[in-house]
Amino acid sequence: MDRKIRILVAKPGLDGHDRGAKVVARALRDAGFEVIYTGIRQTPDMIAEAALQEDVDVVGLSILSGAHMALVPKVREALTTAGLEDVPLLLGGIVPDEDIPVLHQMGVRGVFGPGTPTGVIVDFIHNELREPL
Amino acid sequence: MPDLSTASGLVAALNEGNRRALARVISHIENNDALAQPLLAALYPQAGAAHLIGVTGAPGTGKSTLVNGMALAFRQQGLTVGIVAVDPTSPFSGGALLGDRVRMRDLAGDPGIFIRSMATRGSLGGLAQTTADVVMTLDAAGFARVIIETVGVGQSEVEIASTAHTTIVVEAPGLGDEVQAIKAGILEIADIFAVNKADREGADRTVMALQMMLALGGTGHQQILHHGRMLPVDLPPAPPADGWTPPIHKTVATQNQGIAALVEAIEAHRGYLQHSGLRQTRDRLRAATELRMILRDLLLQRTLAAIPAADIAALVHAVAAREIDPYSAAQRLVARTTS
Ligand SMILES: Nc1nc2c(ncn2[C@@H]2O[C@H](COP(=O)(O)OP(=O)(O)OP(=O)(O)O)[C@@H](O)[C@H]2O)c(=O)[nH]1
Ligand SMILES: [Mg+2]
Repeated sequence: MDRKIRILVAKPGLDGHDRGAKVVARALRDAGFEVIYTGIRQTPDMIAEAALQEDVDVVGLSILSGAHMALVPKVREALTTAGLEDVPLLLGGIVPDEDIPVLHQMGVRGVFGPGTPTGVIVDFIHNELREPL
Repeated sequence: MPDLSTASGLVAALNEGNRRALARVISHIENNDALAQPLLAALYPQAGAAHLIGVTGAPGTGKSTLVNGMALAFRQQGLTVGIVAVDPTSPFSGGALLGDRVRMRDLAGDPGIFIRSMATRGSLGGLAQTTADVVMTLDAAGFARVIIETVGVGQSEVEIASTAHTTIVVEAPGLGDEVQAIKAGILEIADIFAVNKADREGADRTVMALQMMLALGGTGHQQILHHGRMLPVDLPPAPPADGWTPPIHKTVATQNQGIAALVEAIEAHRGYLQHSGLRQTRDRLRAATELRMILRDLLLQRTLAAIPAADIAALVHAVAAREIDPYSAAQRLVARTTS
């Protein structure tokens, strides 16, 4: 047995900066995860397709443009269409407090603002995968 | 809903074109869990039709961008393409950053394409076997061409690429020491060279360096004949004297230049392998190598399982203290399992 946690890190939407997403991707690698990094300007369908082919345990989105309320439901829907409704969705980016409960309702399991210590994200993922959904 | 929790359910779904099932099968094989072996046993007889293409070269030479272009060209010919992109596992954390998909975004949304990123993980010597099994799975799933991208740095990465039917070694100008690749033994495995980033200065010098190497001889897969030597292999007649000289193709992967010629060369090499009987030779040598490696692992596991760990530890201690040589120690262990 050589099981590893696999996580997709994707940047949906149109903003072209992925420095933050890359920092998180590297940190997750350093925490022992296999991180599949797909880069910027990913459509919801591209994200779902990559998550399916790579058989990931978790999908992490990085959205800095403020368009999270529009993008998240589309990604969630694409994942569900692909049969991946059980795959936990995480969101990193600048998210106003009042959006967080709504995002949770949309199926986002965890929301992480800028500067969240990586250890917090890592622990969250471990817990998320340990508990039956 | 297909049952994706059993080997037979997974194989049935895979054969109906269920991509989730295919992805799951690959994970079971990578994780080497309880389903891995029944899955491999069921899929192996289905495989064998795909043409396997290895793409290797130094980091950042443009392998993934080239794979993207090659896959598009194959799709235009109506051929389906499976891609396995292998990146190193960090020896410090055990994690990996798999970023080859970034360069393959043109392939998104095409049901005739399946891309899987793989980390080398820690398995000693097992990397080549696991990769071969994942490649075999894509073959069994019906992809006509399977492309394997590996970074040509370590011995095992080079080995993976060299088990493909057609191996493309990617060079790029401006990497400094042209001799580096030669030292790593990477030139010998090339069936085709791609000098990528031909838009950059120095591409012609790289082409010339390669031409000189080729003129000096010593390339073109001779070493493959050593691979299977431990098991008897019934080989077809030797290839014709007018063998294959690895062509050198200049490409600009980012502008899709030279890709059509590269893909033509792959198909020409595929034809050459078939006509010369070399395809059969390579497949048999691969079978011999695989069988030998698996046999070795199995016998080792069996020996280690049959003898109390304390006894083995005592022998290790004796060898370290030079009370006994390691050959005699191994003989003693083997004798205990066969008596
Ligand atoms: N100028 C130029 N740049 C290229 C060409 N092909 C690829 N690149 C660029 O080179 C960089 C590396 O390309 P990749 O395709 O990721 O290279 P790779 O060999 O797969 O890299 P690793 O998988 O990290 O070893 C990217 O920024 C590409 O856009 C080319 O023909 N010309
Ligand atoms: Mg690459």
